Amino acid sequence: MSGFFAMGGYAWYVWMSYGAAAVAVIVEILALRLRRRHAFDTARMAQDADAAGPATRPLADLRSNG
Amino acid sequence: MSEATTTAAAPDAASVSAAFGWALARDLRIALRSKAELGVQLMFYVIVVSLFPLATSPSREVLATLGPGVLWTAALLASLLSLPRLFSADFSDGTLEQIALSPRPLPALVSGKMAAHWLTTGLPVAVLAPVLGGQYAMDGTELGILAAALLLGTPILSLLGAIGAALTLGARGGGSLLALLVLPLYAPVLIFGAGAVDALRAGMSAGPQLSLLAAGLLLALVAAPFAVATAVRIALD
Amino acid sequence: MIVNWFRYSSPVSFYPLAGRLSRAFGVLAAGFTIAGLYIGLVVAPTDATQGDAYRIIFLHVPTAWMAMLIYLAMAFWSALALGFNTRLSAMMAQALAPTGALMAALALWSGAFWGRPTWGTYWAWDARMTSTLILLFLYLGVIALRSAIDDPRRADRACALLSLVGAVNVPIIYFSVQWWNTLHQGSSISFTSAPKMAMTMVEGLLVMTAGVWSYCIAVTLARVRSIIVERERGSGWVASLIARQGAR
Repeated sequence: MSGFFAMGGYAWYVWMSYGAAAVAVIVEILALRLRRRHAFDTARMAQDADAAGPATRPLADLRSNG
Repeated sequence: MSEATTTAAAPDAASVSAAFGWALARDLRIALRSKAELGVQLMFYVIVVSLFPLATSPSREVLATLGPGVLWTAALLASLLSLPRLFSADFSDGTLEQIALSPRPLPALVSGKMAAHWLTTGLPVAVLAPVLGGQYAMDGTELGILAAALLLGTPILSLLGAIGAALTLGARGGGSLLALLVLPLYAPVLIFGAGAVDALRAGMSAGPQLSLLAAGLLLALVAAPFAVATAVRIALD
Repeated sequence: MIVNWFRYSSPVSFYPLAGRLSRAFGVLAAGFTIAGLYIGLVVAPTDATQGDAYRIIFLHVPTAWMAMLIYLAMAFWSALALGFNTRLSAMMAQALAPTGALMAALALWSGAFWGRPTWGTYWAWDARMTSTLILLFLYLGVIALRSAIDDPRRADRACALLSLVGAVNVPIIYFSVQWWNTLHQGSSISFTSAPKMAMTMVEGLLVMTAGVWSYCIAVTLARVRSIIVERERGSGWVASLIARQGAR
């Protein structure tokens, strides 16, 4: 097993490559999760504001300005 | 009806050259009105070229190796620096919209603007480069090849750069965004342009590099006007 | 067949399909990658000249291929977006760019770590490495242009045009870099001098390629779903989607 991790003396190179790929995949999947949640939250907020009607109009205006 | 659409789709040669000439004359007149600005751009080129020996070494071997690359890289930067001038003033004061709405063919109009850009930036650089090449231990033939390569290559820079300049109209982060979009596309021009002198030094003919530059120029001349016209229309939407 | 195509060209009907496909390709990606890593890192024999360092190619080659392939796919969707003004194809192009950039970055990174034990340097201005670097710049340019334009429809068309201009340039860039490389390099150090591969190595490479390919499809489709929700947030079907999600 330790022979496997040693990679015949090339452990640094092999594991730096595959490790970076693993980190990149994890980061990309997490970023996608966050983006999805954010997309739904914003859509929900926009629709709640619409449903609440003219009473919340100033707030909606504020958002579209900022 | 069908006749009207044909004329709109394929304008005749006279109206194309009229539109080209009008845009060229207008942009040249505007550029020559601010001669100081043009002078500053040329000074930028001269100064960048003169900084490299200070950063490396005054030895003739080092300078001879660096020379073509430095003169070309500086030409790229000088072209990049002047690109915003192509459209941004016309875009912000609404002239570009008027131009796009006019019945004149837009690809011909933007071609006139690109030609004016090259005449005021690329051409002076190509003329100046052989003088500056003297600083880099280059001999007569090499200087001639350098000038020829720049004469073929700098129009490509103006044509490709105009696409980036039109795409970034109204976008945030103007200058540095433009550099990110345009500089990677400049890479082949740089390779063949600087390679022409290198080939000569290696005892080979610079013919292949110059032919490839000429082929690239033809391709850019055919395709870029339409790409720029599309980009301008996108920016005006 | 044609009817099906047009049916899925609208975001409403594409959204659930993309979800199912994304999950399916995610499972495929996991399966292929685990199998490919097992073959590449455990089963395949140690190379006679490069030792175990050659095992990096099981990551490097698939990511380099995908970096190029994704640019072609992005240009294809861009052409559709610009030619037919279809919203979904522009969204596909937008969803592909980050994954393409990631693939190019991983190809460069793994190439550097393969180059160090093989060539004795992390960066050698090898023709393929250099063109992959320029490809990465092209991806970053498209992503930067997208984020610099506020109006999404304008950004769609501007990015589509830039992607197409880039696609015309990519073969020229590859050719010019190749040319430059052969002119300046006496000793040829490139991936063509790679070792003669045993059959298991080829197998590992193919399985890993299938894995990386599936991963890219899964991730792109997941991203395009988020983009659809971001863009269509005002529409009724997104509202009912949210309502259903809230009930779950």
